[in-house]
Amino acid sequence: MEARLAVLAARLEELLGAGRVITDPVRLRTYECDGLTNHRSTPAVVVLPDTAEQIAGIVRECAAAGTPYVARGSGTGLSGGALPRADGVLIVTSRMRRILEIDIPGQRAVVEPGVVNLDVTRAVRPHGYYFAPDPSSQQICSVGGNVAENSGGAHCLKYGFTAHHVLSCEVVTPDGEIVELPADGPGYDLLGVFVGAEGTLGITTKITVRLTRLPETVQTLLAAFGSIEAGGGAVSAIIGAGVVPAAIEMMDALSIEAAEAAVRCEYPPGAGAVLIVELDGPEAEVAAQFTEVERLCRDAGAFEIRIAADDEERALIWKGRKSAFAAVGRISPAYIVQDGVIPRTALPQVLAQIDALSAESGVRVANVFHAGDGNLHPLVLFDDAEPGAEERAEAVSGAILDLCIEHGGSITGEHGVGVDKSRYMPRMFTDTDLDTMQMVRCGFDPDGLCNPGKVFPTPRLCGEVPGVRRGAHPYEGKADLF
Amino acid sequence: MGSEDDLPNLLSDCVHCGFCLPTCPTYVLWGEEMDSPRGRIHLMQQHADGTPLSGPMVEHFDRCLGCMACVTSCPSGVQYDRLIEMTRADVEREHPRSLKERAIRELVFQLFPYRRRLRALRGPLRAYQKSGLERLVRRSGVLERISPSVAAMERLAPPLGRAPKLPERVAARGERRATVGMLTGCVQAEFFPGVNAATARVLALEGCDVVIPRDQGCCGALSMHSGREDEARAFARRTIQMFEAVDVIVVNSAGCGSAMKEYQALLADDPAWSGRADALSAKTRDFAEFLAALGPRAKREPVPVTVAYHDACHLAHAQGIRSQPRALLAAIPELTVREIAEPEICCGSAGTYNLFQPEAAGELGDRKAVNVDATGAELLVAANPGCSMQIATALRRRGAGIAIAHTAQVLDASLRGLGRDALVARDS
Repeated sequence: MEARLAVLAARLEELLGAGRVITDPVRLRTYECDGLTNHRSTPAVVVLPDTAEQIAGIVRECAAAGTPYVARGSGTGLSGGALPRADGVLIVTSRMRRILEIDIPGQRAVVEPGVVNLDVTRAVRPHGYYFAPDPSSQQICSVGGNVAENSGGAHCLKYGFTAHHVLSCEVVTPDGEIVELPADGPGYDLLGVFVGAEGTLGITTKITVRLTRLPETVQTLLAAFGSIEAGGGAVSAIIGAGVVPAAIEMMDALSIEAAEAAVRCEYPPGAGAVLIVELDGPEAEVAAQFTEVERLCRDAGAFEIRIAADDEERALIWKGRKSAFAAVGRISPAYIVQDGVIPRTALPQVLAQIDALSAESGVRVANVFHAGDGNLHPLVLFDDAEPGAEERAEAVSGAILDLCIEHGGSITGEHGVGVDKSRYMPRMFTDTDLDTMQMVRCGFDPDGLCNPGKVFPTPRLCGEVPGVRRGAHPYEGKADLF
Repeated sequence: MGSEDDLPNLLSDCVHCGFCLPTCPTYVLWGEEMDSPRGRIHLMQQHADGTPLSGPMVEHFDRCLGCMACVTSCPSGVQYDRLIEMTRADVEREHPRSLKERAIRELVFQLFPYRRRLRALRGPLRAYQKSGLERLVRRSGVLERISPSVAAMERLAPPLGRAPKLPERVAARGERRATVGMLTGCVQAEFFPGVNAATARVLALEGCDVVIPRDQGCCGALSMHSGREDEARAFARRTIQMFEAVDVIVVNSAGCGSAMKEYQALLADDPAWSGRADALSAKTRDFAEFLAALGPRAKREPVPVTVAYHDACHLAHAQGIRSQPRALLAAIPELTVREIAEPEICCGSAGTYNLFQPEAAGELGDRKAVNVDATGAELLVAANPGCSMQIATALRRRGAGIAIAHTAQVLDASLRGLGRDALVARDS
């Protein structure tokens, strides 16, 4: 290890105590990637703090040493947002996992960043509440990570993303101060800027989350269709009829095959696509809408419809969908989980184009998506033992994002940009757009030490004159004023 | 073994999703990547890629309980059970252990798999427990200074009573429905003889002829789960021979049953034995698994008691047996079954774990004891002798009074109409 980093590691050990600072190379390597394994970088030092004050201390030490740092929760991210820096410190919050306060009358809970998403729901369910954001990895992903990535999940169609369920965040800023960013109150909505900034503006150390009342009733159905097109037609018909389901999820034949192999979810055999539709809310409303959804599915060509009779059957329907990403490991040695957004109405067309891309390149693509809000999750399969396969898969994966942009969509719906998609940012944004974002970042982190190299395609120092453009940029060179 | 089954292939099944983390006992304790299944697989990959086994690597492998909760939670079907066994065998071959570690390990592996040696220990141990010396030694902390592992062994030893001797054959009551072989086990036989007696009685009352070969030895579970492959194979061969004459073997100890179901893999490379190993694995049944499939015939008398059922890892995770014991218990009139929170998290017993890693095992035992205590049950039911000793010890530390029994003992009390006192008035 470089002498400079060894000195820093020794200071961090003074701060945190022995056993909370990892420098052994074998141990460090286990932190080299998060849920996205095609980007790897072994951190120089890993620290496991227990308190916000310790994180503030770590950040101050890093700032003084000019060393970059990255925060990481459970390490389940899918865009490399928590990819460590080989020349930096990885701050792991997985030991900060206390639920500090549950305020049922106030419908809020205060949690540490390492608390697992589902544990919040487990703690408040007996009181009739839950934490609404439900990423598929909710059994292990951390609330701190949800805040950084503004994570969504199947039920975001009706309930919104993490941003809609965070009431305030305690944050360690890049200069090592502990500040509170509240959701309400006059002035700029700094919390709105912070949530989803992918850890580039500071590290959250305490989160006040909104608790949502458990719905009076939940109804779930699984509809099997002969083709994706037929399933897509049902989605448009349901939304067009004015129904707002809690979730509408679709899986294609290949992802059904994977889920079947993994968790034996027993979806109807021979289905080209299955649709999971969940309605929740007051009993009378759900009952009326459910009948309509069932009819619309049949009209669109569903050949089998299953209705979950109880929570156990509902769990079985969801099990296939929730495990789909990891389950693809059963049918392919390696794969890329893509995340893109398209207008819902373009669904059948884009899927046909993805099919064509797959046929042309010989790269298999499994499709899982939040159909209600047009959030696609194509899973691009490859064999990492085969030379060139990963590059071909990458090319297909990139081409899918181009399709999303062409149709007026986005390069990410909920997984974030991280390192994985920073190179696609210029396809979606102009230089001016990117410069403006960069200036916001400089306002928080002028030294560029807080999770550098993420989100933006070309890291630039604050105040550095951006590239050639037509006409003067109104804020050019003024970033240091923020 | 085919190439599908070799280490690189088994390793590549892991997609690094992290779904295993929340069910891993050591991740739950420490929140560190290298003490999670995902992190350990990463370490195994490093080793497979040429990094020599180092102290830290072995430390993290040793800290794995082998509870297999990660196998249950893995959506990608990673066979972590196979991976950790292969890795432990590598550690045994390649990694020199310290003299003290070697001495403790030899003590354990020369004692527990041998019934006669355990039996020889019973007399002195009973005398020790009765004489008051036990309290004196515990208060002095002298064993802790000699070795935390030896201190753990002393703490875990259950109070010993008389050990009834089982006959070689117990005849079915009423019309015979099956003939079954019965494994008596090592620790089960010597420290929990009442469990074996109850097992034989319940099987007979349900219409089974029970064959109990007197010369049966250790099934090899402890050795197999610790990477001592050759020793495990020798035990396995002997057990196969011993039970070749029966069509079904009923096993009341979860760790033993799971090991016997794994003989198939253990002896796969031995052409003379692989077929016989397959046959033995195929006819091995856990006690609850067997009885649930057989269906009840004997009348269940009421046992008015509240029971907390504990999932032994080698029953729930390794053999997938969760509903059968609960169903058997729930079918007893006036008996109430309560669920323990965090059922998937290991109690810390894990074969030899509480002897080699007493500190972590103690923390996990305390965590389990809190959850057991919170059920308010009067009786804890577990299907593995290791779990029973571990949880009983942890509950005693909390000063919590709860009786402990095996599923077989609860059924025995019901079938013989002994009522609740037969269960809650004793603790082994």
